[in-house]
Formats: sequence, C-alpha cells, structure tokens
Amino acid sequence: MRINKVKTLAVIAATFGTFAALPAHAGKTLDGIKARGQVVCGVNTGLAGFGAADSAGKWTGLDVDICRAIAATTLGDAEKVKYVPLNAQQRFTALQSGEIDVLSRNTTFTLTRDASLGLNDTAVTYYDGQGFMVPVKSKIKSAKQLKGQTVCVQSGTTTEKNLTDYSKAAGLNIKPVVFEKLEAAENAYFTGRCIAYTTDASGLASTRNKVAKDPAEHIILPELISKEPLGPMVRRGDDEWFAIVKWTIYGLLEAEEYGITQTNVDALKATSKDPVVQRILGTSEDTGKLLGLSKDWMANAVKATGNYGEIFERNVGPKSPLGLPRGVNNLWNKGGLMYAYPVR
Amino acid sequence: MNPQTPPKKNSWSWRSQAFRGIVYQLIAAVAIAAITWFLIHNTLVNMQARGIKSGFDFLSQAAGFDIGESLYPFDSAQPYWEAFLIGVTNTLRVAVLGIILATLLGTILGVGRFSRNALVRGLCLSYVEFFRNIPVLLQLLMWYVILTEVLPASSEAWTLGPFFLSKGGLNFPIPVWSTGQLWAAYGLLPGVLFGWAYRRRAVRKFETTGKPGSMVLMPLVIMLFASLAGWALGGAPTEFNRPIKGDFAIENGGALTPEFLAVLMGLTLYTASFIAEVVRGGISSVARGQGEAASALGLNRNQEMRLVMLPQALRVIIPPLTNQYLNLTKNSSLAVAIGYPDVVSIANTALNQTGRAVECISLVMLVYLATSLGTSLLMNWYNNRAAIKER
Repeated sequence: MRINKVKTLAVIAATFGTFAALPAHAGKTLDGIKARGQVVCGVNTGLAGFGAADSAGKWTGLDVDICRAIAATTLGDAEKVKYVPLNAQQRFTALQSGEIDVLSRNTTFTLTRDASLGLNDTAVTYYDGQGFMVPVKSKIKSAKQLKGQTVCVQSGTTTEKNLTDYSKAAGLNIKPVVFEKLEAAENAYFTGRCIAYTTDASGLASTRNKVAKDPAEHIILPELISKEPLGPMVRRGDDEWFAIVKWTIYGLLEAEEYGITQTNVDALKATSKDPVVQRILGTSEDTGKLLGLSKDWMANAVKATGNYGEIFERNVGPKSPLGLPRGVNNLWNKGGLMYAYPVR
Repeated sequence: MNPQTPPKKNSWSWRSQAFRGIVYQLIAAVAIAAITWFLIHNTLVNMQARGIKSGFDFLSQAAGFDIGESLYPFDSAQPYWEAFLIGVTNTLRVAVLGIILATLLGTILGVGRFSRNALVRGLCLSYVEFFRNIPVLLQLLMWYVILTEVLPASSEAWTLGPFFLSKGGLNFPIPVWSTGQLWAAYGLLPGVLFGWAYRRRAVRKFETTGKPGSMVLMPLVIMLFASLAGWALGGAPTEFNRPIKGDFAIENGGALTPEFLAVLMGLTLYTASFIAEVVRGGISSVARGQGEAASALGLNRNQEMRLVMLPQALRVIIPPLTNQYLNLTKNSSLAVAIGYPDVVSIANTALNQTGRAVECISLVMLVYLATSLGTSLLMNWYNNRAAIKER
C-alpha cells in the first residue's frame, strides 16, 4: 500500500513537471535567429488571406507576409521562416515558452493580454471589428434579430467575451456554442447547428469566401460589435527584438507613404534624391544599425513583400478573393488609421 | 550439536527488512518532494522572470463569458470558479449517464455473446468489433456530424407528439413545477417502504415454501401507485412546459443539445463494447460445471445466467469494469472537439481569457484526479462486498 502511494506521488510530480519544463531564458532573440538562420513565426492554422498553407505547403497571407518581412529585415531573406501553425489556445504559451520568436496570428491587443501574459504588443497590422454572418435564407438583417439564438464561436478568443457583452447589453440572451477549433466552429455553422457565426469581420469574409459552398448564400450583418486591433506579439524582456518587429511594420507603412514599392525599390535605392526615401532604404544614414540590422534592412523587406499597401492588396484587398475594402486600414493621410512613427 | 540460534532481531538494525523498507521509502518520499518543489519553484521563478502573472486569484473575478448549456443558470457576471463548477457538473452529467447506459448495454451485449441464437451471437460480436476498434474521438465527431447534418433545421423539426428532434437537439415537455410534484415525491417515500417490505416477504416466502412470488414487478407497482396517489392528493397538476416552434429555434420546454447527445452516444456506445468484453470474460471464467449444475437443478437458461453465472462472474468483472468507468470519464474530455462545454472546454476559455495556463491545467487535472479516485474508491468498496468471503 505504501508503495502505491509513493507511485501516485511520482505520477503527480511527473505530470506537474511537464508544465515546469519551460526552457530557461534564451538570451537575445535576434542572436538565436541569426544562429539558426531562421525566424520561427507562429501563424494561424488556416485563415485564408491572413495565414494559411496551400496544397503545396506554401504559406500565404497578410500575417505570413509580416513574418517574411521580418525575416528579410533580420536575415536578408524572406524565405528563411519556419511557420508554426497555432490555434487560439496554443498561441500565447508557444510564444511565452520560446517555441516561436514572434506571434503573427490575427491576435487582438487588449489590456489583460498586454499586462498579464508576459508579452508585448508590437504594432497594429489590421484594424478589425467583430461581426456576425448568417445564411441569407434566414432573412435576418440585423444582429438585433438574434434574440435567443444559437451562435457558433471559437473558444478562447476575445470574440467569445465580446459576444457575451453584446448579448447582455442588447438584452439578446444569445446562446453560444463554443468550439476549440476554428474549422469545427465554421463547420457547425455551415451544417446549420447555429443560426449565426461570429468572429472578426475579416475572418468572416475569409470563411465565407473559402469555406462556404456558395458565398452568396451568406451575408455579414452590418453591426460591428467590437474593436479588434490585430498585430504581432513578442515576448517581454527583449526590447531589441520588440523594436525590430515594431519597426519592420512601421517601415512597411512608411514605404507605402513614400511610394516605395516592390517594383521600384531597386531603382529608388539607386537614384532617389528624397531624403526620407534615402533614410528608409539606408542609402544615406544607416537606420538599420540602431536596430542591430544591416543598412538595407528595409529595402530587403520591401523587395520581398512589397510595402504595407501591396501586402494588403495582395492578400485581403478588394481585388483579392476576400475582397475587403481598405477602410480604416488605409494610411492616416488617406482617411485611415495606419500611422507609422517616422523612420529617422 | 549446537542448536542454531536465530539472529537477534533488532528493529533498528540495517539487517532488519522492515527497517530497510522504511528507510528506502523515506528516501524516495524526500526525493520526490524535492523534485516536486524544484519543478514548482522553477516554474514560478521562470514565470515571474517573464512577467507572466500567476496565482489562483483570478477565480474570484467575473468570468465574462456565457456557457451554452448548464444544469443551473449561469450568468457571465458570475466568477470563474462558478464557471468551472458548471464545467464539472457538465462533465459529471455526461459521465454518470454514460456509465449507467454503457453498463446496461455492455452487460446485454456481453451476455448476448453466450446466446444459443447464432444471429444474436454474431450481432453482439460485430458490434463489439466495430465500436471497439474505431477511435472514440472519431466516433464523437461521427455522431455530431450525423446529428447536425442529417437532422432537419429547427423550423422543419421532426415532430412526435410534444417531442421535437432537429439540429437544435431533442426538445421535450417538462412538467411545470408545483406542489403536486412535491406530493408525488412524498408519496414515493411510503411507496419505497411498502415495496421493500413486500419484497422481503416474497423472498422469505420463497425461501420457506419454495413458491416464487413477484419480487420485482409488485414492489415497482406499489411504488408507482403510492407516487400517483401523492400526485393526486397534491391536486393532480397536469401543466407542462411544452416546446413550441419559434421562427428559428424551438423555444420553451426542456432540451438536450446535439453536443450533449453526441458525447453521450459516442461515449456510451464506445465504452459498451469494452464492457461487453469484460462481461464476456467474466462469464467465461466461471467454471463450466456451474452452468451444468444449474441446469441439473432445473433452472432455465435465464435463471442459470441471472442466479448462478453472473453473481460469480461479478467478482472477475468489477476490477476491469472500474477501468472502463475511469476511461469513460476521462474520455469525456474529448467533448471539447464538438463544442460541449465540459470542464476542459471551460478551462480552455478561462485559460485564454486570463493567460493562467498552469493554473487552469492544474485545476482540470485535479478535477479528473478527484473523479477518478472517487470512482475507484466506490468500485473498490463494491468489489470488496462482492468478493468471496472465506468464513
């Protein structure tokens, strides 16, 4: 009997041990990346337009292009990325434990996450809001008509709480059906288990476009019930790496603002007399040096992925399959919210 | 000749086996305590170094999310620990019901393997082989897909009297609570007493005179009648909360969601195949002569199984049966895949809202540890009761 007790204790200890097995602090993230020659980037398991692998295993999407830009600024080669597909539950732990260098996975910045996860929000890459999708044949025109209805949602996201807040504030008594996996939540909606599906409006567009048999049979309701600033996160405690990710994003925005594109970047690098362009492309001052990067860090990124506007157009913009309008994601001087700190 | 004197036993000597045993166990216990302490300490230090907040204080904060189904009402303003409690009750609900149903079905299937009818035998065998050899997660998904894909939308629900079956689940009428139901419960009390007394008398009569009386049916009738009498005394309430078809969903009445039904069906059908094997093994273990002896006494096939074979098989069946109960309870954690809000699903949500990964996972582990130890305690007690008592 005593032996049995000891055995039980050993099992308990071993199971707790697996949680304690976080690796010790890895030192400078950038050093690690340079040593292994790869940026390890956490992405979505499959959200077309943001982060999804095609049948050949090639990752594409807005979040993926951010990873590629980071690889270009740090290693000079946008292909040197290892993608780690993560679901909503895994993403923060993967970043905290050092499994990934950066989490670029349509993740909302919130106070709780910023203050309690040991992570840092870098810069917003997509301003979103939570919406609802319903079948056209339900004849529902507004989220206010969802009283007492079932709504499919993915667990462990800000979405779940927003839904509750909205349901409470509007007195709707919505019944959530919560799924761990994105695919399961989408599938439950399409089989008709729920009358509506809720997630960020961009996610709705992606799902409608890629998963629905006939996209025309589903409409996205006009109400947006929350603010969802999405962007990459990094671990706390490595300010240099935090700055690199943040400034890579700002650089892509600056490139758009000053008309630097994938096609003209080489020509501008050689000929541009504009001091701002020269600074961004590293032909006058060495802006990369302060970040611990090469002089042409931003030129490499724009050459690989294009500027922010090009990334947006290619992955989610009006001409892409998702067909999302630029809206608030336009530059500050074109009526949007995208405002980069100056590269100088 | 010198008589060999046995070595002097000193309980504090290294030569004493008992003493050595205690020392070894002490060393093991200290080593484990040290490792545990190191792991916990290391985790806490690392989490602090990374700025990750830790502690169980979040349990008293408002949860802020709704739960799709629960045994009692839950509001998002209630704290996390109450949300966890809802998850635990949801897990237990599916586990307890699943254990009861799987035991019934498994026993029938196990006994069916000894049927003289080749068709019955074959059907039981194919059931076991089919359900035992497909991973339970796939079975859960399969039932969920069947329930949500094949069933009609709520607006075109299949109707049988006051029952509705649709993608929204099974909707049924529930009695409106009134004093009448309470009276029915009051009536049940003397009913149980009388039924029990009747059964005792019937058993005694059988033992003394050999005339078999009704030992199951009549006591049940007495209980039912007493309960009905109580219900009539309480004013015979017949008011039901009937489900009605709304525009998009079926409203009012009671409801079993497709998530719950899929988990229950999947776990029951899967575990029943294992229980059937356990029962079969138990019955095979009873000596063949026992069955022959029973026939020689003039017992029919049914009595032979019920009175001679099964009671003896029970001793072999209970320990592996306990394992199946534990497995069923633990497998219910797969419910998260099809959206049933069990304790794992709610812990997942809490984990993501608060970022307290270590805490939430520990809580879930604690819940399963407690339910498993509880189940095994109960079954061990029953096993002791059923074991052969040497007198």
